[in-house]
Amino acid sequence: MGMTMTQKILAAHAGCDSVKAGDLIMADLDMVLGNDITAPVAIDVFKKLNTESVFDKDKVALVPDHFAPNKDIKAAEQCKKMRLFAHDKDVTNYFEVGEMGVEHALLPEKGLVVAGDAVIGADSHTCTYGALGAFSTGVGSTDMAVAMATGKAWFKVPSALKFNLSGAFRKGVSGKDLILHIIGMIGVDGALYKSMEFTGEGIANLTIDDRFTIANMAIEAGGKNGIFPVDAVTEEYLKAHSDRPYKVYTADADADYDEVYEINLADIKPTVAFPHLPENTKTVDEITEPITIDQVVIGSCTNGRFSDFKKAADIMRGKKVAKGVRVLIIPATQKIYLDCMEAGYLREFVEAGATVSAPTCGPCLGGHMGILAAGERCVSTTNRNFVGRMGHVDSEVYLASPEVAAASALLGRIASVDEL
Amino acid sequence: MKAKGKVFRYGDNVDTDVIIPARYLNTSDPMELAKYCMCDIDQDFVKQVQEGDIIVADANFGCGSSREHAPLAIKTAGVSCVIAASFARIFYRNSINIGLPILESPEAVANIEAGDEVEVDFDTGAITNVTKGQSYQGQAFPPFMQEIISAGGLVPYINENLLEK
Ligand code: SF4
Repeated sequence: MGMTMTQKILAAHAGCDSVKAGDLIMADLDMVLGNDITAPVAIDVFKKLNTESVFDKDKVALVPDHFAPNKDIKAAEQCKKMRLFAHDKDVTNYFEVGEMGVEHALLPEKGLVVAGDAVIGADSHTCTYGALGAFSTGVGSTDMAVAMATGKAWFKVPSALKFNLSGAFRKGVSGKDLILHIIGMIGVDGALYKSMEFTGEGIANLTIDDRFTIANMAIEAGGKNGIFPVDAVTEEYLKAHSDRPYKVYTADADADYDEVYEINLADIKPTVAFPHLPENTKTVDEITEPITIDQVVIGSCTNGRFSDFKKAADIMRGKKVAKGVRVLIIPATQKIYLDCMEAGYLREFVEAGATVSAPTCGPCLGGHMGILAAGERCVSTTNRNFVGRMGHVDSEVYLASPEVAAASALLGRIASVDEL
Repeated sequence: MKAKGKVFRYGDNVDTDVIIPARYLNTSDPMELAKYCMCDIDQDFVKQVQEGDIIVADANFGCGSSREHAPLAIKTAGVSCVIAASFARIFYRNSINIGLPILESPEAVANIEAGDEVEVDFDTGAITNVTKGQSYQGQAFPPFMQEIISAGGLVPYINENLLEK
């Protein structure tokens, strides 16, 4: 029987001719990632391993993004621990405040992940790089420590769900709406232990940023990874960002899928995930009672890229944020920040009454900047709306696209662009 | 290896943000983390949990972030085993890697209630409900994972197999 795209990448990295779902393998890795929450734990574990050095100083990436710029003394200690380790082990890809960004926006931008790679990161949204045709998945700190030491990780080869896409999005609809729609359809454990493989002629109509957003949230359906075929769009991105050679894997025609879903992109509408699970989705036009909001966050590894801010700026330009709504704009990397600055968006956001922050995960995980009080509601372009995710256990997070977030910021309630 | 204790019972999709909220992640000290274990879903958990107690939950336990702090907090709080209908995959591998025994058994989950006294035999996957006088079968680990667990976690396993001095 044939292999899925994910299985082919895993087989190649395990040195096997073929693998099948359920096989337990040891695979060689092209990149190992950690952040200021998970790397300090991994560093403690690393010290218990029989080695002094990392397996390859160019294949480890350490990014202080969650609580950085340091939010308090404890966070400062964690960042310091990571910084000293990076220095001590001569890690090439350590990104200090000033050059850092939210890890999953930063690594592709720096060209550290290319098609055909096998990547693990001690962060659940490591699945983002599937957008580039790589196998990438989130693991814990012990896995990260072992991978830093050996360049290897164990995997159970996943089976897969196939999402066959056709058509093109209508205006005001983007990758976020599609992935929220899918999670609403299959549930937060609908892809548990499985790959989510996206295929079909509709892929050509997805920008690389749409694909990053979609692959990013594979984990919100329980998926091990999300992955896109490599096409002209991918190759253009890879050539612009990396000198590393990449490898294109394609699924076999007779690969086995647990389930195949047919989706016409033209059928997707602006979609919002209600508290407290990403699967609690409604299309904006299904909302009958107005849902007033206190805060809007546009940023994160899901939707904190240049095109996301362009969409928001195009909606907010020359208008004012609704009274009583706090709007936080957080470009995900320094480069995105600069690009937004040069495009004039940052001025436009500030003039509209929003505030602009340095790159950080910050409010996305209730870390710092934009924590919610009891009873407060936030529309956020992030990826999780669990109980207490952005602050008080009685606060609420609604997940949405940058377009919906910007429209909601102006109207003070959850809204789509059509309502402006 | 066996475990025996009183059951704390939870529902579907218990996520890592309620197991250990991110606001407490500015430390990685297990004792510190254990103090806030489950606090956003069950404020009484840390007050009541005793060494050896067992968590039983429905589907997709441990979904959400990759934070190993979640199984660490549970283990350090004294929990000897988590039984669920299914586990989120990163939580599953983290638990194996740090040596927190976990078992999948939809049958056990359907019958066990809060406060039941339950005994688990990790070698066979057998689960006994002492309170109700019932027994259920949990899924035993494949040999590769057995090796990791019997080595005492991924670190000793790797030291023995890949990084021999
Ligand atoms: S932006 Fe949010 S989801 Fe993304 S890595 Fe940071 S905390 Fe995680």
